[in-house]
Amino acid sequence: MADQREETENGSAFVRRHRFSTRVWHWVNAATFIVMLMSGLMIFNAHPRLYWGQYGANHDAAWLEIAVTPRGEGVLNVADFTIRTTGVLGVSTDAEGTQQELAFPGWATIPSRYSLADARLWHLAFAWVLAVGLLVFLLWSLVSGHLQRDIHITRREWRVTNIWHDIKEHARLRFPRGEAALRYSTLQKLAYAAVLFLMLPLVIATGLAMSPGMDAAWPWLTQVLGGRQSARSIHFVVAFALLAFLIVHLAMVMLSGPLNGIRAMITGWYRLPPERENGT
Amino acid sequence: MSDSRLRLSRRRLVCIGAGGLLLPGCDRLNGSEGFRQVLEQAEVLHMRSQRLLGGNEALAREYSEREMSPVFRANGNTHVADREYRRHVTTGFAAWRLAVDGLVERPQLLPLAGLQALEQRNQITRHDCVEGWSAIGKWQGPRLSAVLDLAGLQPGARYIVFHCADRFGDTPYYESIDLIDAFHPQTILAWRMNGAPLPEAHGAPVRLRVERQLGYKHAKYITRIEARASLAGLYGGRGGYWQDKSGYHWYAGV
Repeated sequence: MADQREETENGSAFVRRHRFSTRVWHWVNAATFIVMLMSGLMIFNAHPRLYWGQYGANHDAAWLEIAVTPRGEGVLNVADFTIRTTGVLGVSTDAEGTQQELAFPGWATIPSRYSLADARLWHLAFAWVLAVGLLVFLLWSLVSGHLQRDIHITRREWRVTNIWHDIKEHARLRFPRGEAALRYSTLQKLAYAAVLFLMLPLVIATGLAMSPGMDAAWPWLTQVLGGRQSARSIHFVVAFALLAFLIVHLAMVMLSGPLNGIRAMITGWYRLPPERENGT
Repeated sequence: MSDSRLRLSRRRLVCIGAGGLLLPGCDRLNGSEGFRQVLEQAEVLHMRSQRLLGGNEALAREYSEREMSPVFRANGNTHVADREYRRHVTTGFAAWRLAVDGLVERPQLLPLAGLQALEQRNQITRHDCVEGWSAIGKWQGPRLSAVLDLAGLQPGARYIVFHCADRFGDTPYYESIDLIDAFHPQTILAWRMNGAPLPEAHGAPVRLRVERQLGYKHAKYITRIEARASLAGLYGGRGGYWQDKSGYHWYAGV
């Protein structure tokens, strides 16, 4: 990460933290993920039920369902549990104050008014940006050494004592300072590695497995994932795992100095937080 | 203190950005013809990449009888009001004829028995609806290619259009595929489903099965098959009822 550094007059150091390729991919991917999530929620609205296996439709048992009860209440049914969700899931009110029967409300979807065709137009075009962007970024990061240098988790870091220490430091909101702030912590590495090598590839693979054309071209993919409806369920679960990552990621940025962090991801320059003076 | 104020205002900014700019921004983009045209370019990528990866002849997966859906959901129109169609229902489609015309050498008027006399293909396949659900069912009928060979395509023919007896309001349903899918071995004119004559809800007497594409391509209640050089001039010019009405992709392999 630290290719170059500059000392300012008051003694704080500015360091080149993120490469150009990392910064470009970060922002392209951030915008793409938001579009994929919101257009994906609209696509889900067309059939707000999830199944396991090869097939699944209204007459088959769903493991997750967002529905409207005969009494007009919005509910989320997961396995045998029912959660009343009127106002958000199932039944919600749009910007004009009109009550809408939609699984996910208009404020969470692209477009905001029900249109499966338009959501697919967005989702399936931006899917190319997501997949090609990830592929190019991973290849480039391998060639440039970013993965080996910054994401690779060493044997020492895999130790339980180290991970436990890292969890405690995070829980106390004690973020690394000085030179240590230039390296990702173990939890950060784990989170980024999970996104790069597990969640994004899985969300792309399950998306491909839902396509009947891909199912003919690559039948093994749908089979490995347990069938089209399983692939659709996994796609949905991983999308929400990515959303959970995004929420934690944003919270960490806010807590660890948002201006410095965001500036570093835009310009590349990161102000090195000075070492703590009074020990612990 | 200044730091916390900064944090607050930034948080508020993010909220305003997300709620106040993002959504109307996306809706505005969604309504922009230029932006939609950019998004629509992906359709060509979908078709070319899938055919590149699997080849033009890649077969959709076929299942065994015990993997079939217990109930096969009927979708779209499930009843046809057309008076001529109702008369055919009462006579068991005895006088029904399938027209094959357009850019063909020998226009045809085929009775149901004529389709049944052709070599039959049986396939248990998964029907994938654009909405996200799937059902597995068993289909039987002649290959579309056999019917097209009877009529003999003229050299200029590029698309096969299916005209249907069901209507949405005043507009009859229609769909179209290109010659790669028309001559694909699993593309059949199904008149049997799950071991019985095709029920009305599923498109009696004959529906299209084009197994590598989504459900809306599988035109039901087919009355006429037309070979064309181009989709321009066919209703809205996008090649299908849902494409013209709502902007769904013509290539529905995704």
